[in-house]
Amino acid sequence: MTGFSAFHGFLIKEIRHILRDWQTLLILIGLPVAQVILFGYAVRSDVRGIKLAIVEPQPDAATASLRARFEGANTTFHVVGTVPSLDALESHFRDGTVRQAIVLPTEFANRLGRGEQVPVQVVTDGADPNTGGIMEADAMAVLRAWDAGRTGAAPGVRIAVETRMRFNPTLQSVNLFVPGLIAFVLTIVSALMTAITIVREKELGTMEMLLVSPLRPSQIVLGKVAPYIALGFLDVVLVLSAARFVFDVPLRGNLVLLLAESLLYIVTALAMGIVISTSAQSQRVAMMAALAGTMLPTLLISGFIFPISAMPWPLQVVSNVVPARWFIIIVRGIMIKGATFADLWRETLILAGLTTFLLTVGVRRLAVRLG
Amino acid sequence: MTSDRHLDGTSPVSGGGGVANRAADHVAHAIDARALTRRFGSFTAVDAITFHVNPGEVFGFLGANGAGKTTAMRMLIGLLAPSDGEAEVAGYSVATESQAIRRNIGYMSQRFSLYDDLTVRENIELFGGIYGLATSEIADRRKALLERLGLASHERDFVKALPLGWKQQLAFSVALLHRPRVVFLDEPTGGVDPITRRRFWEMIYETAAAGTAVLVTTHYLDEAEYCDRLSIMVDGRIAAMGTPDEVKRSAGVSTLDELFLRLTRPGAAA
Repeated sequence: MTGFSAFHGFLIKEIRHILRDWQTLLILIGLPVAQVILFGYAVRSDVRGIKLAIVEPQPDAATASLRARFEGANTTFHVVGTVPSLDALESHFRDGTVRQAIVLPTEFANRLGRGEQVPVQVVTDGADPNTGGIMEADAMAVLRAWDAGRTGAAPGVRIAVETRMRFNPTLQSVNLFVPGLIAFVLTIVSALMTAITIVREKELGTMEMLLVSPLRPSQIVLGKVAPYIALGFLDVVLVLSAARFVFDVPLRGNLVLLLAESLLYIVTALAMGIVISTSAQSQRVAMMAALAGTMLPTLLISGFIFPISAMPWPLQVVSNVVPARWFIIIVRGIMIKGATFADLWRETLILAGLTTFLLTVGVRRLAVRLG
Repeated sequence: MTSDRHLDGTSPVSGGGGVANRAADHVAHAIDARALTRRFGSFTAVDAITFHVNPGEVFGFLGANGAGKTTAMRMLIGLLAPSDGEAEVAGYSVATESQAIRRNIGYMSQRFSLYDDLTVRENIELFGGIYGLATSEIADRRKALLERLGLASHERDFVKALPLGWKQQLAFSVALLHRPRVVFLDEPTGGVDPITRRRFWEMIYETAAAGTAVLVTTHYLDEAEYCDRLSIMVDGRIAAMGTPDEVKRSAGVSTLDELFLRLTRPGAAA
């Protein structure tokens, strides 16, 4: 009878390892919260206080109304001045005192009144393309809103119609970051820590003691990863709570579905950790492998920070086998769009497939290694 | 320090007594290897070795690095499958009954094998539990063990706080906690001081006297003299086997050092 009681004792040992290494534990619990705060405040990509100049060669009622709209709208724009021609702004663009200009034509009010199509130019500082794109979209939004609000207006402002993000009309970047953050944190806790905890036993020589004991390899693996499933789950709850209570990130879908999908992804990440642990012979190698093999893809080619559609096609192909890509789609769907399982079963199936593959490879290789 | 009959350098006499004590046991040999072989690709690490170890016997497993003794031991403890041949440990087949073998053997490797971040007591309880001992059994054996090692007042200390010599003795005792029939010691005295080594060998003899077979690998040839019988492996084969006196006599040498050098570096001996 070396079934449950032996495993129970082994599990207690694993929990003790984790609790006694309180510095690591503190990092694992504090890291998710710190990241939400960092991404929420510091790395947010919504732009505030855009330094805007308005070029009015011939001020009239319409230009004043539009200027008032920019000045009064919200904190997005800060109108730094009004000039008669764009040429006067050149040096201000260079030194950064102006980041964006709205260039209005002459006879603005009259031409609008006659129902003509009136060209309005939006000039944006494109030095930082990300910010530039956001500033451009923000300016267009104000222009369109102003145009639509004019009484009895024929279709007017002659600028390409730019659709805003449908489910995030105020461009709240924190909403977009939270799903990616959950994936990122789970990758660290589950993949990295699983790899390290298994390799540590190999390094210490204690793995042999365990393998020679009546414990089965499957029990050893399960005992080592079980505490990290719990810890990963705790981190999901922490990230979601911080997002909800600090940043008012909505949860439009089903919480149970979200937690269930998170559990699936925790197992995915654990499987990646097991695969790494079968090849790495030292904790240092395990750490580097986890960093390069799981954390970088999760950060860079999952759609977390950089849109997949903007990547060159080889990277787009590679991103298909990055589990975080599918998990981020799922979490964004549930949190921001209120998607249900019926909307997400394909992504879930792909994620489950990747997980099964990784688990099979990992456990097989481990079994070979363990003899 | 209690003096030990073996450690004064005279030839061991109690090995046979240990065997006799085990008459009640139905297992003829504690370890019985027959043409045991392990190949890695085209390289034959262990080449058809045949030997046996009796219950209550201390069997020395000698050889230069790479001679195949670690590979042989890994097959016997179930960490590596044999390519050919067969072996029984504690009466169970290595090929088909590895789970039964695991219950009946103890193992301690040259690398320290307790958990530093657990206390003495927690380590004992962990391994007692893994080997399926009842809680009351673990408690009794723990107290007896700590009493014997003089560690009773340290049971709540973390293992990392213990001196290396104590750790090794504790690791050995923990490997014996489930009273295995065969104990495998892989260079157990590496890196410890002479006094601890002496104490360690006293523990090995106590274990053997209780009927447990002990297979020990070592690089110290003075330790090899303490074994009831020994084998010297060269290039995957057993080049010499017998009591220390027998192997010396048959090779016509006066020390194991000489014999070892002659076997492992034939060019130098010629």
